[in-house]
Amino acid sequence: MAVTRETLTINMGPQHPATHGVLRVVLDLEGEVILGARPVIGYLHTGFEKEMETRTYHQNIVFPPRVEYLATMIEEAAYVQAVEKLLGITPPPRCQVIRVILMELSRIASHLVWLGTSAIDLNISSAFMYAFVDRERILDLFEQISGQRMMHGYMRVGGLQWDLPEGFEAAVRQLMEDLPRRLDEYERLLTDNLIWRERTEGVAVLPAAEAVAYGCTGPVLRGSGVNYDVRKAFPYSGYEQFAFDVPLGRHGDAFDRYTVRMEEMRQSRRIILQALDRLPDGPVAVDDRKVVLPPRRELVRSMEAVIHQFKLVSEGFHPPVGEVYHAVESPRGEKGYYLVSDGSNRPMRVRIRAPSFCNLQALPVMVFRGTFADVVVAIASIDIVLGDVDR
Amino acid sequence: MSDRRPEERLDERPDAQPDELPPALARIADAVGGAWLSGAVQEVVEFRGETTLLVARERVLDVLRYLRDGARPRFPMLTDLTAVDCCPREPRFEVVYLLTAVDPRPGAPSAPAVRLRVKTRLPGSDPRVPSAVGLWPAANWLEREVYDLFGIVFEGHPDLRRILLPDDWEGHPLRRDAPLVEEPVEFVGHVPKVPSEIIPRVPPRTRPT
Repeated sequence: MAVTRETLTINMGPQHPATHGVLRVVLDLEGEVILGARPVIGYLHTGFEKEMETRTYHQNIVFPPRVEYLATMIEEAAYVQAVEKLLGITPPPRCQVIRVILMELSRIASHLVWLGTSAIDLNISSAFMYAFVDRERILDLFEQISGQRMMHGYMRVGGLQWDLPEGFEAAVRQLMEDLPRRLDEYERLLTDNLIWRERTEGVAVLPAAEAVAYGCTGPVLRGSGVNYDVRKAFPYSGYEQFAFDVPLGRHGDAFDRYTVRMEEMRQSRRIILQALDRLPDGPVAVDDRKVVLPPRRELVRSMEAVIHQFKLVSEGFHPPVGEVYHAVESPRGEKGYYLVSDGSNRPMRVRIRAPSFCNLQALPVMVFRGTFADVVVAIASIDIVLGDVDR
Repeated sequence: MSDRRPEERLDERPDAQPDELPPALARIADAVGGAWLSGAVQEVVEFRGETTLLVARERVLDVLRYLRDGARPRFPMLTDLTAVDCCPREPRFEVVYLLTAVDPRPGAPSAPAVRLRVKTRLPGSDPRVPSAVGLWPAANWLEREVYDLFGIVFEGHPDLRRILLPDDWEGHPLRRDAPLVEEPVEFVGHVPKVPSEIIPRVPPRTRPT
């Protein structure tokens, strides 16, 4: 449709509360109908890829949770697993299962933030407070194991920082027991809410072919009905051993994305319960002194251990020359780390494949011919994290 | 590390061209089909179970179009597009396309997905490569990002502007000769050292220790 004299161009953002951070969308409006939308990004560009090229593989563990600050455990796991793939090592089974528990808890925590903030975008502020109460309970667990509430630094190349604390499993089980009741409550509050249905059904539609062509992943792609989940397609951390379903939408609208995420939280609970049942005993890091620091008790009686400790702390390790891409299913879609090693103790190139970046690119398709109020719904239903978009 | 995996010593680069295609690669060679036969693919690298095709710059769009439309399996999704600066090596830049084969039909059962990486090398002076926006709209922002951060020009791109940095920014920060500007954090009684210098860079070892 052509831009006419009646067309009004306005800015939404970069500080609009409904843009979830610093996103600016330039909208061409005719009356209230959207004729064009141009997202403008880069207000939060932090240059993490450059930073990661100048530090050792181990020092870089602090960056991923800061890139995408809602699903921090998933981010850390994505990076360390990429380095493990580069090194060609596999962490022990206990570490893998603990990672699965933490990643799924992280997914639930992230989806709860999405649920709360997208509800507040549609003027339902009570859901925001309920969802954040549940999220805090998960963050309390993360604080219990790592000492940090949000930027944990708990994952290590080849394993974990240390084993789980006493009482962790019981606390997770208690949380998982409470979760279905809470989710049912949110569903009653939103799914059965006439205003919520009117605002989301048939709004911000993204057809499946467009979603694939734009490289969308995660609930945005699955809401359009395309069956692609990295946990199923390219299993990592032993996900192939867990029974879970991949929820799919049919129409590709905002309501489908909402139902997909709600179901994903239930599936995550299913995975966590299976993982708790089969949590094996054993070490939580590989027995390789060239990669993982030796245990403290060895340092007092083994000169070898002291040498390994010194080399790892003062220099780090040298992966072989090569390049790998490792992706995980983050709450927003496929989060991938592409690492190029030149054989030195620092990565030559770190590329972060950010799901929000690709999903946001499809925003103009979603909002075309919609109304101004639909833009808020569309942005909320993509579940963008601007740190992930700009990196 | 070399004592653990003798087959991957650093002096034996894993990207050496194999004389005969290993069985794992025969499948990919089949997928690339015609483009493979006509000599567009210069080299195949297999590392950690991932396959990379090295393609000449002139043929990169042909190969990508073939992979999207004609290959078995088809690759309808451009998952990622990025670049690597190999300075001081010449050709200096590598543009990397990461393709994923997914079933784009709604509700189709999940098929075992396949990934393929396509690479093309560009010279350090005036790096140019044809744009893939006509094949995947996903390439639009990704190419703008590579242009912004590396200065690689995508010919035929509909809207090649900076995306992450301000329009009046000078230079391309992800090039290896672009310096990292850091501020040392000062504490009392502490000699300031910029964070990236706390552990010095140790170059690749020529010989396993």
